[in-house]
Amino acid sequence: MAKEVQQLDRVIIRFAGDSGDGMQLTGDRFTQESAAFGNDLATFPNFPAEIRAPQGTLPGVSSFQVHFADHDILTAGDAPDVLVAMNPAALKANLSDMKPGTAIIVDSHDFTSRNLIKAGYEGNPLEEEGAGSLAEDYNLSVLDLTGMTVEAVKEFGLSRKDAARAKNMFALGLLSWMYGRPTETTIDFLTARFAKAPDIRDANITAFKSGWNFGETTEAFVVQYEIKPAAMKPGTYRNISGNLALSYGLIAGGVQSGLPIFLGTYPITPASDILHELSKHKKFGITTFQAEDEIAGIGAALGASFAGSLGITTTSGPGIALKSETIGLAVMTELPLLIVDVQRGGPSTGLPTKTEQADLLQAMFGRNGESPVPVIAPQSPGDCFDAALEAARIAVTYRTPVMLLSDGYLANGSEPWSIPDVADLPKIDPNFATETNKTVTSKDGETSEEYWPYLRDEETLARPWAIPGTPGLEHRIGGLEKGDGHGNISYDPANHDFMVRTRQAKVDRIAESLPPLVVDDPSGKAKVLVLGWGSTYGPIGAAARRVRKAGHDVAQVHLRHLNPFPKDLGEILKGYDAVMIPEMNLGQLSLLIRAKYLVDVVGYNQVNGMPLKAAELAEAITDLIAHTTGDVPTTDSTGEMEAVK
Amino acid sequence: MTTVELPFPGLAGVPTKDEPQNRKEYTADQEVRWCPGCGDYAILAAVQGFLPDLGLRRENIVFVSGIGCSSRFPYYLDTYGMHSIHGRAPAIATGIATAREDINVWVVTGDGDALSIGGNHLIHAMRRNVNMTILLFNNRIYGLTKGQYSPTSEPGKITKSTPVGSVDHPFNPVSLALGAEASFVARTIDSDRKHLTAVLSAAAAHRGTSLVEIYQNCPIFNDGAFDAVKENDTKADAIIPLEHGQPIRFGALGEDGLGTKGIARSSSGGVEVVAGNSPDVLVHDAHNPDPTTAFALSRLTDAGVLHQAPIGIFRSVSRPTYDDGARQQIATAQAGQEDANAALATLINGKDTWTVL
Repeated sequence: MAKEVQQLDRVIIRFAGDSGDGMQLTGDRFTQESAAFGNDLATFPNFPAEIRAPQGTLPGVSSFQVHFADHDILTAGDAPDVLVAMNPAALKANLSDMKPGTAIIVDSHDFTSRNLIKAGYEGNPLEEEGAGSLAEDYNLSVLDLTGMTVEAVKEFGLSRKDAARAKNMFALGLLSWMYGRPTETTIDFLTARFAKAPDIRDANITAFKSGWNFGETTEAFVVQYEIKPAAMKPGTYRNISGNLALSYGLIAGGVQSGLPIFLGTYPITPASDILHELSKHKKFGITTFQAEDEIAGIGAALGASFAGSLGITTTSGPGIALKSETIGLAVMTELPLLIVDVQRGGPSTGLPTKTEQADLLQAMFGRNGESPVPVIAPQSPGDCFDAALEAARIAVTYRTPVMLLSDGYLANGSEPWSIPDVADLPKIDPNFATETNKTVTSKDGETSEEYWPYLRDEETLARPWAIPGTPGLEHRIGGLEKGDGHGNISYDPANHDFMVRTRQAKVDRIAESLPPLVVDDPSGKAKVLVLGWGSTYGPIGAAARRVRKAGHDVAQVHLRHLNPFPKDLGEILKGYDAVMIPEMNLGQLSLLIRAKYLVDVVGYNQVNGMPLKAAELAEAITDLIAHTTGDVPTTDSTGEMEAVK
Repeated sequence: MTTVELPFPGLAGVPTKDEPQNRKEYTADQEVRWCPGCGDYAILAAVQGFLPDLGLRRENIVFVSGIGCSSRFPYYLDTYGMHSIHGRAPAIATGIATAREDINVWVVTGDGDALSIGGNHLIHAMRRNVNMTILLFNNRIYGLTKGQYSPTSEPGKITKSTPVGSVDHPFNPVSLALGAEASFVARTIDSDRKHLTAVLSAAAAHRGTSLVEIYQNCPIFNDGAFDAVKENDTKADAIIPLEHGQPIRFGALGEDGLGTKGIARSSSGGVEVVAGNSPDVLVHDAHNPDPTTAFALSRLTDAGVLHQAPIGIFRSVSRPTYDDGARQQIATAQAGQEDANAALATLINGKDTWTVL
């Protein structure tokens, strides 16, 4: 049966099911197919903290949203165009995000009275009719996906339970047909993944193909959609998640500096992927030490740095709290150390699998004493690579701990990444001390050559880094205040004041090495600047596009470096009548900007564990523009189109 | 540069120096600032005295300490050193020891540092058997914070923080170490330079974590805590000497020239004091893979005011070390390794790429 083919420029699909239904895998495979096809894309996995929350309940719902388009996009999208719901709970948990008229595909198999009650339904919503019903309000497709899957794979003699488990592949096959996705990557993937279990492998491949064939033959779907490949900049691309890109960036930091990597860490959501990934790459000389706790993780990393490694520790907010004292020791001993904080909802245990940006002030100030630490943040999943490499550059060059603030949205989200040429990556020079650096004259006029561990480089203010095994440079460092230059313990008041100011000056000096900020102000006429940091880059950019499409002018600046701020930030801020700072916290960057630049910024703050929504942010920006310029907006700024090429 | 081989497996991989070294080379230029009469002086002198004899290159030795009186130790040795933060020295030392096979790593800690705030790191270092020597200076008191009771203070201890007596039960550091699967556990005394030197040398030569509890007198806040094992009129009855291959006998000398008291298995499964000439007296076996007897011996130590304690090497057994294992995995992965830049390019490209022209 020949079906109609409709052209679309972009689609947002959300796969939702029980946490045991394999929705993350399904979404990931659909993403890989879309990447192979050449669409631009962005993904948003959303799953519960529980490994297996009670089956069929609302807390147990796991979802994966993928946004793919024929043009460049910045976010995983605000609201899905298509919801695939594998059970009543998945339908109930996600329905509020669906706009009327959008498509909902439901596996009816689990809509039993028991499961409906578990999900909190009084009746079966699939059977309701008339005004306000699903059938009336949405483009609803009710299919027994599980039943069709079991039927399709019966030749493999699996138990009913194992057979039903392949239903996610049936759903993937159906959606792959619907959107014209290439199937080879998924078949190759299943072949490799289940190589040791031929029955399971064949059942999954068969379910996947059956889903495709069902779409092609059924009369339930009459339209197939086409989303052409996106015109992207020339280069070789792959799809990559933030945690993977960050891991690769760390490895690149090791390769580019020639230093062996030592990761001392303790498992914590959502940072553990980085430990898992680095553990696989021992051939790069990487040691991964799973410590007894967060404190030992960073302690071992700092010890390894003292011994000449690139010490790294990875964690999330609660772990940073435990590591604070050791970060202070790294500030005092002035050793290179990377501290990766994949932020999650807080305080305390908070929302382990949800995203937030509320550790900025902890990163800045969460230590005793005057304890400056450079802070940098990636802005997208692929950008985690560059941010990690930049963190390594600063840590090694300036002999300092560096805080790298990723977050749960970046960590698990993914996007196409233009793979850099290794030859183009910056080199990092560890510049180990190998010789004495000070001629000392004693009272009786005799001179001797000594190694002074706190005699600084004039340009960077970095101290020399002499590692054990270097003859003649034996020295002791520690947490007690150091005398300027010689580095011996000093309780001298003037020396302490000097050293406090010098440590601050060293961190401030990093700004000299930073490139000018990129100001995105296409018309050059904007009165309002939107300033952001971290993972809000996507939503802010998408919101800015909406605002501009509606005929207004707005400028965007996104900060990678949060401490020190780039030197030109102050001048840029002064060039606008109003500055808005959207953040997934109660205004932490706002606080810093107000304090440093005395600019009365407007916060846009949301702390619900979810990424900002571009449409809502666009409205707020438009309101601020109207307020600032005195104009009343004439066009609806919340249009559907996110991007115009 | 040569490498020390057996019989010093603990030092294998650490470069040696052919020329003789002396104590002056190992003495830093910093003024030593412990209280007059502190046991730390004797331990420092012993360490400065025997380190040159290990024949290692001085620049390949690292001392790491935590916080407390004893933790000033690294400042007084002209090796590499780090005076870190409270309780964390074993964690920091683990990083150094794992990252660098060619470094001889020492940890200097106290009863508060190692057993209170740093208890977790201590037990896990011993469990992993990371190649390091831990000197646990036990003075049974908090000195640097001026006299609170410590996790090794006897029950009922009157201190500034326990004016009517401590209701805490103390750790026995040797029992704790044996329970944590330590492969080398010993106890010695600050004032016995010869024994101290012998035990520390054996600890350094051991591959894996060596835990040495050193009874150390604090003349200011807990003076005399170890008098029983130091005073001439009491020490024969107080010290139960443990020497591998020798019967465990102590007390006044008998006709056979050995102590009139001995240690034998008790009916309860532990050990007990018997007559020195009893045929049941145990011959100490520090190399016994089963730690049960060593543990039983450790229980002969008084938990309260000290009147009796075994002194010597309780246990010295060989088992794989964490750092050797970790380095071996890396060496295996790196065998036949291509150029790092090429490997990085291969890695970041992955398997699923597409090219836009």
